[in-house]
Amino acid sequence: MDLTIIVFLLGGLFLGWSLGANDAANVFGTAVGTRMIRFQTAAIVCGIFVILGAVISGAGTTETLGKLGSINALPGAFAACVAAGLAVYLMTKFGLPVSTTQAIVGAIVGWNIYTGSSTNIQVLITIISTWVLCPIIAGLIAMFLFTITKRILRYNTLHILRLDAYTRLLLLLAGAFGAYSLGANNIANVMGVFVPISPFTDINIMNILYLSSAGQLFLLGGIAIAVGVVTYSKKVMLTVGSDLLRLSPVAAFIVVISHSIVLFVFASQGISNFLNSINLPSIPLVPVSSSQAIVGAIIGIGILKGGKEVKWGIAGRIALGWFILPVIAALIAFLSLFVLQNIFNQTISF
Amino acid sequence: MFGFKTESLFGQTKQLEREIDQFVDILSEVGLVFKSIVSLYLNNGNSDKFDGMVEQVRGMESKADKITKEVERTLYEETLIPDARSDVLRLLEHMDELIGMYQGNCYHFSIQKPDFPKEFHRDLISLCETVVNCVESLCLTVRSFFRDTKSVRDDAHKVTFYEKESDIQFSSLARKIFDSKLPLDQKMHLRYFVEKIDRICDQAEDIADEIQIYAIKRSI
Repeated sequence: MDLTIIVFLLGGLFLGWSLGANDAANVFGTAVGTRMIRFQTAAIVCGIFVILGAVISGAGTTETLGKLGSINALPGAFAACVAAGLAVYLMTKFGLPVSTTQAIVGAIVGWNIYTGSSTNIQVLITIISTWVLCPIIAGLIAMFLFTITKRILRYNTLHILRLDAYTRLLLLLAGAFGAYSLGANNIANVMGVFVPISPFTDINIMNILYLSSAGQLFLLGGIAIAVGVVTYSKKVMLTVGSDLLRLSPVAAFIVVISHSIVLFVFASQGISNFLNSINLPSIPLVPVSSSQAIVGAIIGIGILKGGKEVKWGIAGRIALGWFILPVIAALIAFLSLFVLQNIFNQTISF
Repeated sequence: MFGFKTESLFGQTKQLEREIDQFVDILSEVGLVFKSIVSLYLNNGNSDKFDGMVEQVRGMESKADKITKEVERTLYEETLIPDARSDVLRLLEHMDELIGMYQGNCYHFSIQKPDFPKEFHRDLISLCETVVNCVESLCLTVRSFFRDTKSVRDDAHKVTFYEKESDIQFSSLARKIFDSKLPLDQKMHLRYFVEKIDRICDQAEDIADEIQIYAIKRSI
């Protein structure tokens, strides 16, 4: 394989690492923040399930992102990824759980503007509307689950220690499910721009193991996310887990499961096909922001508790990051495309 | 799996549950033994049986100490109940102090041998019964805190009731002692014993108040 191809792919891998360091923290942040699960355990489980989700169910959201703007040259994809990755890295430095989804969308729009390609406004509106819907749905699911759980626990006489043990197990399972959903939903952010120009060929080993070229990209991206989780996510995990609202371990489980359900629903081709088959409007398969889902769920619980405990200042800072992030990513993409084209003489689009 | 010891976690949980239950059992039993010790002392003075029972209380106190240390070690080493750990440990410590108060009273009877005239026997036994009932109610409150938080308030209310009852009995007995014709040094000596016994209820009430706060914190 050409060395330049590997260098360009590194851009995607860097973005994957950023996603692992930042968004993956959402999955186990509440569990680690409340000291229910050790960071080491969380990182290993998260890494494995992110890779599985990316490889098994990553195709749906990738297709949608491809429609937003089809980056058709490897250097262009590289620039978009580096821009998104850098933007996320900068925000992560401040301990803000920002969204890789918004960063990559900003970067793709930046590429579209630089190359004069048209942006599919319909797809952009769909994506942005899911950004708004995502925290609302997560919040509603969290409120529903919180109310039910509270009622169940009220009439249950589980010993505090037994409840603690069950909660740990549930947090781990919910975290694994969340990591799978994150891999499935967000791998498009990491590797989506490379799929149309994948340098790999399909692998078929005696009809037992088949891995398409896109699948290989997803595997690589998944591994990059896993590395990001292990090496850099601890700080954000602690921010999510304790800064926004002091969560009890049971509430932490509800937050994680609500977030995971939202991400899974927006990535599941199975659910989308099922809704279609019973003549219901299908859910768009869109890479949504796991940060928004988690914040939505936490605020949902905070509202149920009367809203006094929610630290709205931090919630506001996070929301501010959502607006700034796509703009920063688009600007960095614009700048790096300029540098690649004019200094390194790279073809950034065909 | 992945450093998450599921089986040992549940095994450890059951073991800890048993130990905490055992600890509460000890508190309850020490009270019953204390009641018998006071009756025995008033009827027979210092006897071999009395010494045996005091020794029994000492053994129970030492067992309770061991359990507290073991629970503390496991809770910290296994990072169990991170949100309620400090509350649980404080609760166990304060209950341990209560067992210590029972033991202290027993020792004081054994060492100082107070001379309670017969006319005060019934009142003193009645005070001891109220104290034991108060601590029994506290034991129920503690069990509720661990298993059924919605009952904590009701159980804690009983503790408060018995504490008030004990205050009334203490005042009445103290008044009777000081109205009697006994010499002042004996009056002071008897008052000291009555007051020490009544203090057990005060401590029980303080613990019950703490538990009510912990129970609110335990809500999800």
